[in-house]
This record gives sequence, C-alpha cells and structure tokens, in this order.
Amino acid sequence: MAIDFLYPEYEIKRDRDKCICCRVCERQCANEAHWYDPELQMMMCDSAKCVNCHRCVALCPTRALKIVKTDHTFKENANWTGEHIAEIYRQAGTGGVLLSSMGNPKKYPIYWDKMLINASQVTNPPIDPLREPMETKVFLGAKPGKVEFNSKGEIKNNLPPQLKLEVPIMFSAMSYGSISYNAHESLARAARELGTFYNTGEGGLHEDFYKYGANTIVQVASGRFGVHKDYLNAGAAIEIKMGQGAKPGIGGHLPGIKVREDISRTRMIPEGSDAISPAPHHDIYSIEDLRQLVYSLKEASDYKKPVIVKIAAVHNVAAIASGIARGGADIIAIDGYRGGTGAAPTRIRDNVGIPIELALAAVDQRLREEGIRNNVSIVVGGSIRSSADVVKAIALGADAVYIATSALMALGCHLCRSCQKGNCNWGIATQRPELVRRLNPDIGYKRLVNLVTAWNHEIKEIMGGMGINSIESLRGNRLMLRGIGLTEKELSILGIKHAGE
Amino acid sequence: MKRIYVNEKWCLGCHLCEYYCAFANSGKDSMVKALKNVTINPRIRIEEHGGISFAVSCRHCEEPICTKSCITGALTVNDGVIQIDKDKCVGCYTCILTCPYGAIVPSDTGAIQKCELCINNSSGKPACVAGCPNKAIVFEEKE
Amino acid sequence: MSKYVIIGNSAAAIGCVEGIRQIDKKGDITLIASEPHHTYSRPLISYLLYGKTDEQRMKYRPNDFYKKNKVTKKLGETVVSIDKKNKTVTLKSGEVIGYEKLMVATGSNPFIPPMEGLDSVKNKFTFMTLDDAKALEKAISKNTRVLIVGAGLIGLKCVEGILDRVASVDVVDLANRVLPSILDETGSELVKKFLEKKGVRFYLNDSVEKFDKNKAILKSGKSVGYDVVVIAVGVRPNISLIKDIGGKCQRAIITNNKCETSIKDIYAAGDCTESIDCASGEYKVMALLPNAYMQGETAGINMAGGTKLYDNAILMNAIGFFGYHMITAGDYVGETYESLDGENYKKLFYKDNRLMGFIMIGDVMRAGIYTSLIKNKTDLNTIDFELIKEKPQLMAFSKKKRSEFLAK
Repeated sequence: MAIDFLYPEYEIKRDRDKCICCRVCERQCANEAHWYDPELQMMMCDSAKCVNCHRCVALCPTRALKIVKTDHTFKENANWTGEHIAEIYRQAGTGGVLLSSMGNPKKYPIYWDKMLINASQVTNPPIDPLREPMETKVFLGAKPGKVEFNSKGEIKNNLPPQLKLEVPIMFSAMSYGSISYNAHESLARAARELGTFYNTGEGGLHEDFYKYGANTIVQVASGRFGVHKDYLNAGAAIEIKMGQGAKPGIGGHLPGIKVREDISRTRMIPEGSDAISPAPHHDIYSIEDLRQLVYSLKEASDYKKPVIVKIAAVHNVAAIASGIARGGADIIAIDGYRGGTGAAPTRIRDNVGIPIELALAAVDQRLREEGIRNNVSIVVGGSIRSSADVVKAIALGADAVYIATSALMALGCHLCRSCQKGNCNWGIATQRPELVRRLNPDIGYKRLVNLVTAWNHEIKEIMGGMGINSIESLRGNRLMLRGIGLTEKELSILGIKHAGE
Repeated sequence: MKRIYVNEKWCLGCHLCEYYCAFANSGKDSMVKALKNVTINPRIRIEEHGGISFAVSCRHCEEPICTKSCITGALTVNDGVIQIDKDKCVGCYTCILTCPYGAIVPSDTGAIQKCELCINNSSGKPACVAGCPNKAIVFEEKE
Repeated sequence: MSKYVIIGNSAAAIGCVEGIRQIDKKGDITLIASEPHHTYSRPLISYLLYGKTDEQRMKYRPNDFYKKNKVTKKLGETVVSIDKKNKTVTLKSGEVIGYEKLMVATGSNPFIPPMEGLDSVKNKFTFMTLDDAKALEKAISKNTRVLIVGAGLIGLKCVEGILDRVASVDVVDLANRVLPSILDETGSELVKKFLEKKGVRFYLNDSVEKFDKNKAILKSGKSVGYDVVVIAVGVRPNISLIKDIGGKCQRAIITNNKCETSIKDIYAAGDCTESIDCASGEYKVMALLPNAYMQGETAGINMAGGTKLYDNAILMNAIGFFGYHMITAGDYVGETYESLDGENYKKLFYKDNRLMGFIMIGDVMRAGIYTSLIKNKTDLNTIDFELIKEKPQLMAFSKKKRSEFLAK
C-alpha cells in the first residue's frame, strides 16, 4: 500500500483489563476498525478506519473503549495547521474534492452565545409556567393585513392556509436517501405526536409515510425527485428548496449506490443511478420565475396549503427574502451556514454562507421596514442547539425554528461527520439494511418526542421568566436580548443593545 | 404472563444479550470479573444467517413439553416460569430432545440450564432485555 | 370405593394424577403400587450408582406430592386382579377397591432368558428398580468383575453406573453392535469405541453358553471371568391384569389416542402399553419416560371428564455415557443425510418431504428442533432443508413461522 502521509486523527483506546472480548465493537463497526485475533485472544483495532462515531464506545458492556484525539502532531505552526496539512496530503493523493458532512465545524463566532436573555424583576413580574397557562402554539403562514367584510356585512374569511404548530419547532428537510427509512419513520411519528411537522427533503415521500401527511412538509427541489400531484397534496405544506445552508450555491448528490429499490421508486429514478440535484432550478432565474413555481404549486394543491421557500443564508439574504415574500410564498425558511448535510464539498461547507443569527435579524428588519413582515412567516434553521437558541431566534424575529442536527443526535448521531460514506453505524445516514436496522423507530421517535418536549418545557420556563406567556409576544421582541462582547456593527445588525445598556 | 418476545426485525446480531445473560447468571458483581477470559455459556443464543439474526431463549410454553419429559422432576413450572432445579438434574438431556425451540442447553456443571427470566439471579428482571440496544428483545404481557 | 384407582407409581401414574387434578380437584384417587417407595424416577438408578443423584433427589415428585394431590397411596401392595363387571380391583391382601375409572400403569419387568447355569450364579441382578440398584451396589466393590448380559439401553446405562466402582466390566450381546434399538451401525461403533476406551470389554455377536462358577463360557468359546452378573437383555410389559379379563393386547396393552384400553373405564399408560407411533402410523411400545408421563396425563384428563388426545408420540431417546451424549428419534427409513466429525455424528432420515428420524451423537445441541419436525410432520418444502441439515435451527423456518415461535 502506498503511503498516505496520514496519521489517524483519533485513536481507539482499549482498556485491556476491562475488555472481555465480547466482540460487540467488531460486530457494530461498519468501518471494520475492530477485529478479534484468535491467536493473541485479543481485540485489535485500526484507528485509521475509525470515524469516531462512538458506536463501539456506547455498546461496549464493560466501558473498555474510548476514542481520543491523537497527541501525534506536526510541528507547531499557527498558519499551517495539522488540518491544512492533512487535507493537502489527502488531495495530493486523490486529486478529488474533499467531501464532508453535517454542519460547518469551524471556529466562527456563534452569535447565539453572544446574546443574553432578559428576565423580569419587580415590575411586570415573571410567570410560573407550572401554575399559569403558557402558550407555545404557533401558526405559520401569511396573515391578512385587514379585516374584510362581504356585502352583507359579515366578516370574510380571508385567512390564507396556515400550519398549526403545538411547539415552535419543526424537523427540517432530510431526504429519504440521505437518511434512512427508520430515521424518516422516527421523525414522522415524532412530528405527529408533538403536533408539529417533519420535512421530506428532496427525495420524495415513501409510500408508507403518506399516512403521516398531516404532519408532513413535502419538498420540491431542483432535481424534482419524487414530485407528482399526489405527493404535493400528501403533506400539509409544500417547500421549495432554493438552497441549503451547508452548501449554498450547489445542488445535492446522492450516489447511485444509495439508490436502492425503495429509494428508486420513491424518487422516481432508475435503481443505481446517481441522483443529482442541479445547483439552480432550471426554470428559476428571477423572483418572477420563483413566483410562477410558487403559484404552480398552489394551483396544484388547490390553494389549500402554504408554500414555503427555503434559502441558504447568504450575503444579500434580506433582499432575496423580500423578493420571496413578494413572490407569494407563505413562509420563508432560512438556513444558516452551520446547517447540516449528508454530503457537501468541505470548502463550500466551511467557507460559504453567513450565520443564521445575522441573516434572521437582517431579514426580519428588512421585511418590517418594507411593511411586508406579516405577509410571511419566518422559519430559521442551521444549528439550533438548545431551547435557548430557539428563544433567541424567536426574539430576533423568527416564527419558528427548524431543527435537524439536534434531531439526528436524539436518534443517536454522534456528529462524526462521515455521512457521505454511507456507513452510518447508528442507522441514520445509511441505506445498508443491516445498519438501518440499528435504528428502531419505536425508540427513535420517543427520543425525538422527549427532546422537543424537554425544550418546550424550557422555552416556557424562559418565557415565564421574562413575564411573557405567549410565544407570539416574544417574536421579534429584541428588547429581550442583549449582546455580550459584540461590536457596534454586530449589535446594529442584530438590532439589539449591548448588555448593560 | 409477562414473557420475552423477540423481534428479528430489530435484532442487530450484536450478541450483547448473550453476554448480559451470562453475566446476570454468573453470580459475580462485575461483568469484567464474570466474563474476562471466559467462554460464555448463555441461556439465550443468537442465531444468524444471511443478514438475519435473532435471539432464542425459553418461551415458557403454556404446555411445556420439557417439564413433562423431565425424568427427574427437576424442571417445574412455577407461576408460569419454567425453572430448573440443577441439584436434581442429572443431565440426561431428555429436555434437549423434546424442546422444539432448542432453548435448553447444557450448563458447565453437566446439569442443563435455561432461561428463568432472571428471577433468581442478581438482575431480578431479564438482563437480555435490559441489555438489548434496539428493543429486539422485549419483556411484556401480550393478550 | 374410590373414584379413580391408579395401579402403578411411576411416570405414567404420576402423569395420571396430575392429569386428573387439572380437571377434578376433589375426586378420590387411590394409587396402588408394588414398590414401597415414594415415587422415584427409574431411569435414575444408574445415576444413583454413578453418584450423580441420591435417593432423596431421585424422587420424581416432592415429598408432599400425594398429600397435595389428595392421593390415598397404597405402596407395597399389589393388585392381583380386576373385576371389570363390578369395577373393582383386588389386592394381594384380599382387599377389594371399587373404581369409577381405572388406570393401569404396571410398567414392565426384566426378561430373563433361560441360560444354562444361571441358577447357580449367586450374584445375579436385573437393573430396573431402585431395589435392583441397591442390591447391585451392595454386591460390588473395587475388586468386582461384572458381566453384563445385554448391550442395550439398560445394560449400557448400568455400565456407566458401575464402571468406576468395579474392577472390570464385560458386556455380552447377541447382537453384533451396541444399542441396536436406537443407533445405526456407525453410531453403534462410535459408542462402542468410546466405551472401550473407558475400559469396557464387549463380546458382541455372542452369548453366554453356560455359567460356570465365576466364569461364563460364551458361544464363541471365549470365557469371561465374573463375580457379578447383570441381566439386561430386555423387558416384558406387564399386561396380565388386562389380558386376564379379555382386554386387547399384543406385545403390550393396546390403547387408543385417549389412552383407553379396549375395556370400558379402564385406561393404561406407560411401558405396559402400545400406542400409535405418529412417525410410522403403527402400534408400538414406546417405552420412554416422557411418553409415559404424557400418556398418563392424557388418560388422567380423559378419566376426569376432560378431553385430551395423545396423538403425536414417537419413538425417541436421550441417553449418554460419561458425558458422551446421544439423542435419537423417529423412524429410520427413507433417504439419509450423514455427517461425521470426530466423535460427533449426525444422521437424518427423510422421506416424502418429511423428516422421519434422526440420530445425533456427541453434539446434541437443540435436537428438539428435529424432534418437533418429526412430530409435527413438517413439510420440508416449507423450511430451508440445507440449513436444517447443517444444524437444528429456527433460522430454517419461514419468517412467519419464526415470528410465531418467538414474537407471539
């Protein structure tokens, strides 16, 4: 084997005193990092194959395993970091584009962590959510600007279609293909139990999941995979995917090897063929074109379902959002640069797009200024990590949030960021049946329900502390936020005051 | 009666049930102490072939043929749980001859052993169920 | 007068008590047996000598069994006749007991063929009952040379029981191989070799021509010295009670699938009976403790007014010597599949898409899966026969069947 210059980034550490050679690590590692040596009667391992997904660690019954970051290092260099060097070696070896998955892991500022939430003291007293009603229900969709009456003087129902969310949290788009059947089932069942929505992503809707339609958002992306009339009408809303935070400006790519029978049928493409979503929608080159698609979809679904347009947070996001609002969308979904993905070119993932916090503040501000904020709801995603992030997003102006990475973690994802390899040991980002089986939706959906329920409790607690008893009163309530360690410019974009002000 | 049910759809073939079973019945207080350098002889066994796997242990039949066949009276039904009196058992294997599930196996002492739902060991409830990472083995009341 | 009278006190009789009590919790049960002992497991007598059990542990049911089941026991008493018209039984003591339902579970007795000089042998034993075993135990020591006539199940089990406690064991049998009733030639050879390695000497295809003082002269001309002789050539079912009153008998008492004899209200079970072997469809004596128990239980349930059929009995056996185990079942007919690996031997017999019988020696793990294929007459087209040949496994069944087995 040619030398690849690479030393494993993580090392498998086995406590030999504790290892009982049960071989569960070997059986559970799809990367074949562990094996049993009958001669030595010992478990062996190859750290180079380890993706640090912790499957073996989690299942080891004697806790004999851990994965540690290697202390092997290149000569210290603040400019040429080990990561840069290793990536150069890798590309020099393969000549290929580096691929990664999940969200941007780089050390960019996380604005959620630079904003603090207010609480009431003395005046406008806090509310105890255990004793008093606390509303986290949200309606997404365009809100009419005025009350209208018919000729008889009766109020006209001019309310466009809405999505009713019991919690201000939805599961964002992940296609069947990028994630497994069992992951989809878990999300669908959790959405139904929680009274919220999950999103098919661009892979169509598996026939088994039509029964969850009332809690499903069906997506239409540039590849139009699996899109047909029944599909458009199967869900509660239709989402047009213009872009994705993890890889703005480029399309998706599901390798043919993952396009197995079920996926081929669901996506309506031949088995084994690569599913390539073009970077643009080939029929959309302007806001007017987008408006046509929005209305085509509304027409196809009898104007009964809200249409969402999802974009990646990019530099001129506010202007784009304004166009989308004017293009007839009911909901705008904005995906920040830390949003996850099943596969993206590393350079794109790590260097393209902007933080969702800034994008959200800018969009909300712009739509308000233009007086069209009520024409659309805003949903943001791209690394919502906790209930505090949810509260801050809503205070910045979001109606609700999309979560996906957090949801996958609830299902077992350990953020090893190797989805693109298709060997997900947790049964999430894989189509290998023996791996998919590892995610039992009976367990998975319950964990999702637990997570969102826990967050919702916390949201109520935080709202109560602020003396707010309805999530509607929190939306865009930037007075509830203060910046910490932010520059004047950042504060001004976020539209918040600094702590102490 | 609560029984152990196995759903092969969710079985990963990880064999942890076998190890948790062996540990629970070892009488030791740590798995390392119980199973280090030991070839386990569990009362639940995984069958695997062609990507399918599932665990097999005593079904605690309502009409158990093993207890009726037992030549010593060592196998008895107590509150629905089929139990083995290892002291009485002479290891004639007539139960192995008759059990249609192949769920009775020889123990290391010559007597036979079988799943007793962990009622007499330190686990107190089926250790295989608790140790199954994917709910392929459940302990529940049906019907 | 007792509602139920049971003659016998072994597996069939106990099964009968437990069968009756499943239906009728109160009706009087009188149990009469010639042996004075609390019910014990006869097959355990070899284990008793081998030291694997003792008299307390070999009790087939706990000490409070009779009391708990409200059984009036008359142990050490023998029934000499049945009056089917008046529905009574008469004991040796002269006592007459009336019955509504009668169970005959009289078992069998060792058969002792005429052999020249046998009368002059002072230390001769059969190997059937606890008393037999205890008598034999008294007669042997580290210096005893034992001659066992019969290389069948009883003879070889006796070998296991005493081999380590005596100076030598010689086994003579008319047949040309050991355990001919349950093994094929390959199997017999494996077992014979195994036992020879343990020190047993076999004289097969041979018989005792004459017993001299401490020496047996064999037909082949060989002479075998002995101090103790054990006769284990076979058994005869005890059928006279039924035969005497005109009940239908062949080799044993004929019973139907409710375990009734041909005489009204008289049932029979265990080694004294013949019933249908579901593998071959023929009447057979299927003398094995599990069969006896299940016959007895079936009879008991029917006697008490319940309904139960005994209709899937087969010939089967589990036996082992010094940890070398063998399990066999069914009929040895049809095509065969064989595998031999050292001391592990397996042979499957199949015909008309059914497993008819099997022999497993050494590795007998999960043999019951094969047994149930025979009993259930499973169509081999519905299972993966290749997998079943490899080893007994539930994997060979369809997904639906597996789910019925394990998930329901």
